Amino acid sequence: MSSTSRITHADNIGKSHLVMKFPRFTKRWEFVLLVILLAICFFNASVSPYFLNLHNIFDSTQNFSEKAMLVLSMTLIIILGDIDLSVASIIALCGTVVGWLALNGAGTPVLVAASLVVGTVAGIINGGIIVWFQVPAIVVTIGTMSLFRGIAYIVLGDQAFTSFPDDFSDLGQGYLGGLIPYEFIVYVVLAILFAVFLHRTIFGRTIFAMGNNAQAALYSGIKVNAIRFWLFSVNGAMAGLAGVLFTSRVGAVRPNMAYGWELEVVAAVVLGGVNIMGGSGTVPGVVLSVLVFGMLSFGLGLLNVPGILMTIITGCLLIATIAVPIIAKRLSAYRF
Amino acid sequence: MTMETTVTAGMPVLSLQGIKKHFGGIKALDGVNLDLYAGQVVALIGENGAGKSTAVKIMTGIYRPDDGAILIEGNPVHLTGTQDAWRHGVTAVHQETVMFDDLSVAENIFMGHMATRAGGLLDWAGMRERAARILQDLESDIRADMPLTALSVAQKHMVEIARALSHDAKVVIMDEPTAALSQQEILELYKIIRRLQAAGKAILYISHKFDEIFAIADRYTVFRDGCYVGDGMIADVSEDDLVRMMVGRSVKQLFPKPQVTIGLPVLEVDGLGNDREFEDIRFTLHEGEVLGFYGLVGAGRSELMEALFGLKPVTHGTIRRHGAPMAQGSPRDVIDQGIVYVPEDRQKSGVILPMSIRDNITLPSIASLAKGIFLNDKAEKTLSERFRERLSIKCADLDQKVSELSGGNQQKVVIGKWLATTPDIIVLDEPTKGIDVGSKAAVHAFIGELVENGLSVIMVSSELPEVMGMADRIIVMHQGRMVRSFDRSDFSAEAIVAAATGLAGKGTQESTDAKTITAA
Amino acid sequence: MQRLLQRREYQLAAIIVLVVGLITLRAPVFLSMGSIDTIVTDGAILTMMALVQMLAILTRGIDLSVSANMALTGMVAALVSKSHPEMAASTAILLSLGLGLLLGAINGVMIAYVGIPPIVVTLGTMSIYRGMVFQASGGAWVNAHQMGSAFIEFPTLRFLGLTSIVWIAAVLLVAGYLFFNHFRKGRELYALGSNPAAARYVGINSTHNQMLVYTLIGLVSGLCGFLWVARYAVAYTEIALGFELQTVAACVIGGVSMAGGRGTVLGCLLGSAFLVIIFNALPIINVSPFWQMAISGAVILLAVVLNSRSERTRTKLILKSAQLVAAGRAS
Repeated sequence: MSSTSRITHADNIGKSHLVMKFPRFTKRWEFVLLVILLAICFFNASVSPYFLNLHNIFDSTQNFSEKAMLVLSMTLIIILGDIDLSVASIIALCGTVVGWLALNGAGTPVLVAASLVVGTVAGIINGGIIVWFQVPAIVVTIGTMSLFRGIAYIVLGDQAFTSFPDDFSDLGQGYLGGLIPYEFIVYVVLAILFAVFLHRTIFGRTIFAMGNNAQAALYSGIKVNAIRFWLFSVNGAMAGLAGVLFTSRVGAVRPNMAYGWELEVVAAVVLGGVNIMGGSGTVPGVVLSVLVFGMLSFGLGLLNVPGILMTIITGCLLIATIAVPIIAKRLSAYRF
Repeated sequence: MTMETTVTAGMPVLSLQGIKKHFGGIKALDGVNLDLYAGQVVALIGENGAGKSTAVKIMTGIYRPDDGAILIEGNPVHLTGTQDAWRHGVTAVHQETVMFDDLSVAENIFMGHMATRAGGLLDWAGMRERAARILQDLESDIRADMPLTALSVAQKHMVEIARALSHDAKVVIMDEPTAALSQQEILELYKIIRRLQAAGKAILYISHKFDEIFAIADRYTVFRDGCYVGDGMIADVSEDDLVRMMVGRSVKQLFPKPQVTIGLPVLEVDGLGNDREFEDIRFTLHEGEVLGFYGLVGAGRSELMEALFGLKPVTHGTIRRHGAPMAQGSPRDVIDQGIVYVPEDRQKSGVILPMSIRDNITLPSIASLAKGIFLNDKAEKTLSERFRERLSIKCADLDQKVSELSGGNQQKVVIGKWLATTPDIIVLDEPTKGIDVGSKAAVHAFIGELVENGLSVIMVSSELPEVMGMADRIIVMHQGRMVRSFDRSDFSAEAIVAAATGLAGKGTQESTDAKTITAA
Repeated sequence: MQRLLQRREYQLAAIIVLVVGLITLRAPVFLSMGSIDTIVTDGAILTMMALVQMLAILTRGIDLSVSANMALTGMVAALVSKSHPEMAASTAILLSLGLGLLLGAINGVMIAYVGIPPIVVTLGTMSIYRGMVFQASGGAWVNAHQMGSAFIEFPTLRFLGLTSIVWIAAVLLVAGYLFFNHFRKGRELYALGSNPAAARYVGINSTHNQMLVYTLIGLVSGLCGFLWVARYAVAYTEIALGFELQTVAACVIGGVSMAGGRGTVLGCLLGSAFLVIIFNALPIINVSPFWQMAISGAVILLAVVLNSRSERTRTKLILKSAQLVAAGRAS
């Protein structure tokens, strides 16, 4: 195994990107994230006695587990050089279907299956349009973002689905051993699978290749259309999974559910060291990034800071993560 | 500012003195001189990689020289960009067209220096008129308000020339202006150049077609490997003299053609066409054969090869491999049939610059090297080591980014990645374009090795000496059609070039088309 | 140059006439004065915002923060009006223009000088500005009775039968048309989007132009923020939520190419008209307004798919026969 040095966003903007192999040395972005994470935990512990409680910490993971799952599949899409802004809307769509089925007496397994199916179909619609008509993903997903959530609005208007089978809430609210939420376990398992997939399989290598130079990848015999199609489908499936878990945790389906999640997901991916232009990034990086966001959000909650402030912070983090390295690089060029 | 010197007779209009330019560690220009005189055509001659394009970019302000001086009418200048160059009276027609596909012909000609009238409003009528006049002078049938998308490659080049002429320039630089032009259009271009000369302009003409150089130029300057070799009057030299200055050795050494027995057919193409870029293509490729495809830029050769490689759909015709129809839906299908394609634009389609040498070489073979779906680092390392050695790829180590390699070594990486798939047929599109002389010879020698080992090679090339030296047969294409094919025994430079520009050869259709161009 | 008017504009106009005709047949009230008034005023705001969104899309960018910009400037204007009810409308307009310009300039600096992709910047500022609406208002609404009379009356002022909003839009449309077709800067923006490398070669400065684009977008967004809030006489955090998608939809329907370099003012106008007519027709044909979002989305997808076919035929024309066909199609 070889390690290649990490290049920050600054070097990546507009120009070359570097393939990331599984890091052996944490002397890079992932290390910085780890330091930031520890700093946030320190800060949280110092301002609130409730923080350093294992139960509380594990509880807090529920607030970001669903988003974290979206982050995993979104990472692949962004490394590919694309983006999918419709993920939050797919959750709303899946939630609507789940809520409707529940209302009509469906059992929990059916609800889970249905959500996965609807999510996958939504992803297939995205991937299908993008690949068949060769249209940029950004525009297509802006369109489907409206369409999918729009369907939720058509079905629900300003109402909500709130009746679910009794055992349904176990999914999103249940714990293993009374301590670790099922959702978090699902996330950890998925994170491991995605890490292996991206960094140790041939598919991962082809995704990096496509993200760096899709044309050369095509000319090298990589089936770029197929890979793109499947990644968007998987992204949809993941949204379906996140959707049913979120519904189970919250116990209700509203057409504005998960509103604005796409911003948080993209911000987490970018903070995790993935180049927004594609071609580089790691799964450990985005896992750390998600934890950073999660602990930050948890801490702010403990301080009774309103949720909307987190939105502002997320927006600032998204821009700062990309801007700061560029500016730093330019300033250092002046010094020499 | 220095004192203005008055222009005396015999003083160059534009002069490069001791210009040096380097990119990273690579010296593109190492102290070159170039003088352009009013009313005279200077031919700038040199191999690919000699530094001609870099010199042009310095004269047009795109690059800043690291050392040396640019003098315009005796006064040193520092050019800050294209518009600054225009202001100093220097314009250029570049090799690659730099056009706006979504805009009209007139806008393409005037973008960057559009004329305005009262209140800042654009003077459309004035610009349209001027554009029409320039195009008329060029004897072109292009209308000023046509959208650029309706033009062919050759016509777009004509618009490039019109753009250069739309400035009232003292110096007009033409970088390979005839690459896409037919014989008739080339003669028209000569007329334009003569007219510019008469108007007292200084012309720099870059080409490696000696017949053009001897037809149009008054003086010459030769570059080799970024260095100035010499200059003088065209009347005082012969073609051999120039070649010797360009290359430093005799031409014959460059193309070692091995003797190979040509075997059975390995690929049969019949009636192939795609309604837009090529049609009615028919040929057979044999084992151990080098089949050359010659033609002007825009003749449709690369498009044909891309279609063969599964990158474009084909609407008519058949492709047969070992007697059976070949699947051609995607590059993967074609690679699995043992046919590989080394594209012309190495950096865009050949290598993935930000990735390592090893990742590049193993990319097409990654599935076969893998253990199931998991990457096999050891096998990848072994494979890339093997090809590094076999092709003598100069690099620090295999984890180095391909972007850090020279053009020649990058080409070796591309060839290496394909050889790793053990193909039977290898299609090379302009394999030595933009490569230094040393690596060029290596590539040619390598092609010889390939056919000795029983592979078949299709070589698309725009360099006549190269294709005449390497190929067993040459197929000439013009405007998407096959005009003629030549066996090695019938090779004749004049006949091949004539066929490439659409004159002579099979079918009255080509000559009729030639007539309609001039008549319009 | 006007020859470049795509046939799309004619097609779109025909479809609009058809749709209006069909709806009026079903419900003649659609063409009543009140209905037309609403349609035209809705259309005015959307057209103005589509016009500036076109600025971004033309130069290969996008601005998703426009609705957040509108909300923030609208809220700030409303708050100022609440504490100074005697404030003149002109003051409110100047205030909105200034704040909108500032918000747009922030986008511009990030995009042009730091070099971050527009999608990322505007995704970020979209949340930041929206969050700041909450911060500014403390989550509370500003209602009609809290706003100054001049503030609220401005949109209802009429000259020659048309509201001030419509007049402002008309002026902006004419200015836009002149800018995009008869001023050097406008054509240079087309060049920039069509081929950024070639634009750089002929001396068009991408940085300055991008700064100009996003600042202008902010300026008009600010103005429309004031108009929106004054027209509906209410300001709250979620105002104009999702409106940025409608501006993109209007552009895309109107033929603005997402690849940059192509689009017309008339197209924006017709695209906006199309959307506004459909949205206003919904309640008349007894379809709930909750259909708006889905329709926007479906329309974007449809338009993008239809656009893609024309963009895909930009391959090289080598065969003489293909050239003749293309020349014929172009003339």
